[in-house]
Amino acid sequence: MTLAELRNGMRADITAMNASDPGIIRLMTLGLVEGVAVEFRNAAIGGDPIEVSVFGASVSVRLDQARQIEVSPLEP
Amino acid sequence: MSATTTAQVDVDSIGIRRRPRGRVAVIGNPNSGKSTLFNRLTGLRQTTGNFPGVTVEKHSGTAQLDGSAVELVDLPGIYSLAGASTDEQIAVDVILGRAGEAARPDGLMVVIDAPHIYQGLYLLQQLMELQVPTMVALTMTDAALAAGIEIDVDALSDQLGGIPVCPVATTLGTGLGELKSTLAGLSEQPVPPYPASWPALSAAAQGLADASDGTLARIDVIQGLVDPTGPAGQQLCRQVDTGAVDDVSTTLFADKPPQAEEARHRYRWARDVVGRVRKQAPASRRALARVEQWVSRPWPATVLFFLSLVLVFQAVFSWATPLMDGIDAAAAGLGDLSRGLFGDGALGSFVADGIIAGVGSVVIFLPQIVILFLFIILMEDTGYLARAAFLMDRAMRRVGLSGLSVIPMLSSFACAVPSIMATRVIPDRRDRIATILAAPFMTCSARLPIYALLIAAFVPATSVGWFNLQGLVLFGLYLLGIFGGLATAWLMKRSALRGPKPHFVLALPEFRRPNLQTVLIKLWDRCRIFLKRAGTVIFVVAVVVWALAYFPRMDMSGFTPDPSSNQSVDNQQAAAQMAQSYLGRAGKVVEPVFEPLGWDWRVSSAVIAGFPAREVVVAVMGTLYAVGAEADESSLAERLRAATWPDGRMIFTLPMVLGLMVFYAWCLQCAATVAVIRRETNSWRWPIFAWTYMTVVAYLGAFVVFRVGSGLF
Repeated sequence: MTLAELRNGMRADITAMNASDPGIIRLMTLGLVEGVAVEFRNAAIGGDPIEVSVFGASVSVRLDQARQIEVSPLEP
Repeated sequence: MSATTTAQVDVDSIGIRRRPRGRVAVIGNPNSGKSTLFNRLTGLRQTTGNFPGVTVEKHSGTAQLDGSAVELVDLPGIYSLAGASTDEQIAVDVILGRAGEAARPDGLMVVIDAPHIYQGLYLLQQLMELQVPTMVALTMTDAALAAGIEIDVDALSDQLGGIPVCPVATTLGTGLGELKSTLAGLSEQPVPPYPASWPALSAAAQGLADASDGTLARIDVIQGLVDPTGPAGQQLCRQVDTGAVDDVSTTLFADKPPQAEEARHRYRWARDVVGRVRKQAPASRRALARVEQWVSRPWPATVLFFLSLVLVFQAVFSWATPLMDGIDAAAAGLGDLSRGLFGDGALGSFVADGIIAGVGSVVIFLPQIVILFLFIILMEDTGYLARAAFLMDRAMRRVGLSGLSVIPMLSSFACAVPSIMATRVIPDRRDRIATILAAPFMTCSARLPIYALLIAAFVPATSVGWFNLQGLVLFGLYLLGIFGGLATAWLMKRSALRGPKPHFVLALPEFRRPNLQTVLIKLWDRCRIFLKRAGTVIFVVAVVVWALAYFPRMDMSGFTPDPSSNQSVDNQQAAAQMAQSYLGRAGKVVEPVFEPLGWDWRVSSAVIAGFPAREVVVAVMGTLYAVGAEADESSLAERLRAATWPDGRMIFTLPMVLGLMVFYAWCLQCAATVAVIRRETNSWRWPIFAWTYMTVVAYLGAFVVFRVGSGLF
């Protein structure tokens, strides 16, 4: 499952990401790295970009990058 | 406003002002409360408009502490020292003493806001590599508490190897005392230890720095290792044996991307620390939380965003009116008074027509400008601008830009100069230049005076449904500017600035209550700049224009009025005097250029005088149409309505006025903007291109509107 498939209020752990993409590297400097739990917060119209929070801090992620981030959902 | 805004009485502010000893750089994430803290510590010192995430120019101020004083330097808000964006580069340069003549700061105050401690710790770890005495100001502890988060400050300080951590609830002002005493002793503190997140990197970098014979600092080496193809990487390979660098890189990163590895190490550590120092407390359920949740869903959020923009336009037009009428009446009264005092000679005309009509016609727009800036500053201070960027990202992709370009474009509605500096947050150079070229199209506050004047004079104040027609016309002009900007970006991104699809990576701040002190300081700052311009540039231009229009004096003894004219003799005399003045002669020379747009020589002269600063146009018109006005035409709007060609046709017909407004919507009449484009693109090519392109587009736009309109009406 990828980050792009998360829905309202779902939480998931990041398991793998394509770290060769410069956009993904920027996301990593904002704290989206393997092993952290992210929570889906919101989306803009059309579902792109999405807003996910990590440790309570929100980050905006475009769908095409979200598709390159593997997650495993956490039980609520 | 409640007790949150009552300032603490600061003993130092009544005591002796001391000269600052030592400089401390203030650095932190965007929206971390850095500016608010900076304002609190330095008091009512002017700042130069800290636009979204950008510290325009070098802000510095003196913080008066117990028994000493320190100079604080406010740096741009950044998330990392990777050097990807211009802002990150500026921050690194200032801290390392590479920015101009500035020496290295004696200390660092790292501002971390408690709700975003996770991202703040990442930047702090990078900053520890600088080897400068460091302290942490933990802001927004009150906001975190309300959300049920408490930070154990002592534990955090331990985790950081003894770096002092001072919690401050910026809005309440609690904790400032302790922060000040820590700040006072900062320069005597030892340099921070190796960052605990990746000691191997620090040690290896220190080794290479030692091998460079003191030419490189540890941070330089780290930047070179992390970004081997960038400027820092090339510098590293010049100073140090390449083999040694490769060995270190292989050991540290294996074959993984170095920046990703750095993020993994530092955030792994940050995660552990946050787990150790963050305690869950019972959250004080905010009644607004559910509303906020609903409002931030896709459709409501977007609708709300556009509604707030509409509210701004309505406010600019309707709330400001009573104040403007007051200023208008005062200026007219002053004019009459000075005529009474100085008579009708040159001196009386100089004071009434030159100074009061010129400067007064610009100052009258202060209320509108205050309202406009207040909205933009509030959007910035509540974190809403970043939200707008998030909502608009998809739309911006259509023109080849990203949501990041929305922030400078929105703040361009206030002024293009700081917003062009705000493009520093855009990492890709091509996207940045496209945004810079689009920004001056946005309707800035200096365009308001001319719009307001022409709309008030020529658009009837009728209601169309819920809206007032004048407001709608203004809204249309704003849309015209937005269209011009977006079309320009789209054209550029498809031609000269073609490049890969831009990324969009942005941290979204929580919605915050704006801080009254910060808002007022910023607002006062903008008003000061506006009034200063009105008092200097515009004043001088008004006086020069008055003199050019008043001299040489014509001998009226030989003047024979035209009996067939419907104008009074006085008016005919005044018009004849005007036509043969220096300005009249010059205006006649350029008249053919603008004749296709339906402008007479007075409008043409005013427009040309307005190229250095567009506010001047109203002042010049004020002067030009004051000389030789009927006594009962007290306001400029009335004088414009009465202006005629020599054959008695109206000059200001509706098509001509609409064309003139289109010209204003698209023309680049602002020397400050040209200068800032020159500085930010570091070339003459772009400012010359922008000026030429916008002038041509504006002329053609005005021409089409006037011709089509004249054909139809």
